[in-house]
Amino acid sequence: MPMAAPTKSGLLRSEQIILFRIGEQLFALSSSSVQEVRGADSLSGGAHEISAPGIDKVRQFVRRGPNTLFLVSGAAHFGLSAPDGILAFVLRNTRTALLVDSIEKMTAMTRLQALPLSFCHEEQQWYRGLTALDQTVVPVVRPEGFLSDDELMMLDAALPPPEVPGEDTEVEADDDFGTELN
Amino acid sequence: MTVSTDLELKSFVLLRLGERRFAVAAGGTAELVAPSRLFRFPHNTAKIEGVILRRGRIVPVCDIAEKLIGKYLSSRRFYLIALRHYGQRTEWVALPVTGECELINAELTPASASDEPHVAGWLSHGGDVIEVLNLDALTPGPNELPRPGVPERLGARPAHPAEAEARP
Repeated sequence: MPMAAPTKSGLLRSEQIILFRIGEQLFALSSSSVQEVRGADSLSGGAHEISAPGIDKVRQFVRRGPNTLFLVSGAAHFGLSAPDGILAFVLRNTRTALLVDSIEKMTAMTRLQALPLSFCHEEQQWYRGLTALDQTVVPVVRPEGFLSDDELMMLDAALPPPEVPGEDTEVEADDDFGTELN
Repeated sequence: MTVSTDLELKSFVLLRLGERRFAVAAGGTAELVAPSRLFRFPHNTAKIEGVILRRGRIVPVCDIAEKLIGKYLSSRRFYLIALRHYGQRTEWVALPVTGECELINAELTPASASDEPHVAGWLSHGGDVIEVLNLDALTPGPNELPRPGVPERLGARPAHPAEAEARP
């Protein structure tokens, strides 16, 4: 039984992606899902410590008005032996600021292959699929996959009560250091 | 009067893992691929080593040697591309094998109840009795039990469509 080549539709749409690294590992993320890119230091300057049982990948959070962002170590999330990254991707429509090591480049993908069904554990939540770029296969991460609803509930439960403004509250400025995308 | 015996010969691909030979149904195989670059990325599925890129498709590489001969194939390795069924759906998987494969015709003896689930049957060839593999039971899939120590997340999404065009 011959293995057929994938069919190509007449009009290929492309999607802008950011290629980034955590340790040595290359990942891709849709650029439209990144709200801003900041130095991790600038973000964690206004961050507070948090410890939720079983969620080692989150050790800090940032309050932004009524919202709370959780700083997720990409290395811990993927089980990579790398230190926490120095860049933070604030992911749109999520409560995740993902810590990564570096941005490789921005490029476009025209094809996204679903993760093969053989991959049948957490990775089905981690990745939207796989793409081939320059004869290299890169996993395309799912922005919502870094924190599950259950994890968010546990993190919310571990949050300390908000400090009353005026009592040494460090208000995180949202107007510097960051690079707004889109 | 002549008594004829109906021998139903079927085609099988003989593959070698170390010193042992196994068979898979030829109809469920596509090709034998020379050693090629293996792409690895983080995941939690045991037996899956990574993926290879073949004819524009991304094919998962599944180690079956450890289960069948008790050790990982270090010197190899060709990839036998074979079909894996997931209910109504099918996908190609790449099986690392030692050296080249052989196409034969043989009669299949069905597996018995005492055989392991990955045994689809038996055939006799060249003086050897050879296991015919049931890849659906040998390779991981959505019905696989979670690995010990790896908590499964609640609210797991259903499998994605097999192919999806990029959507901005």
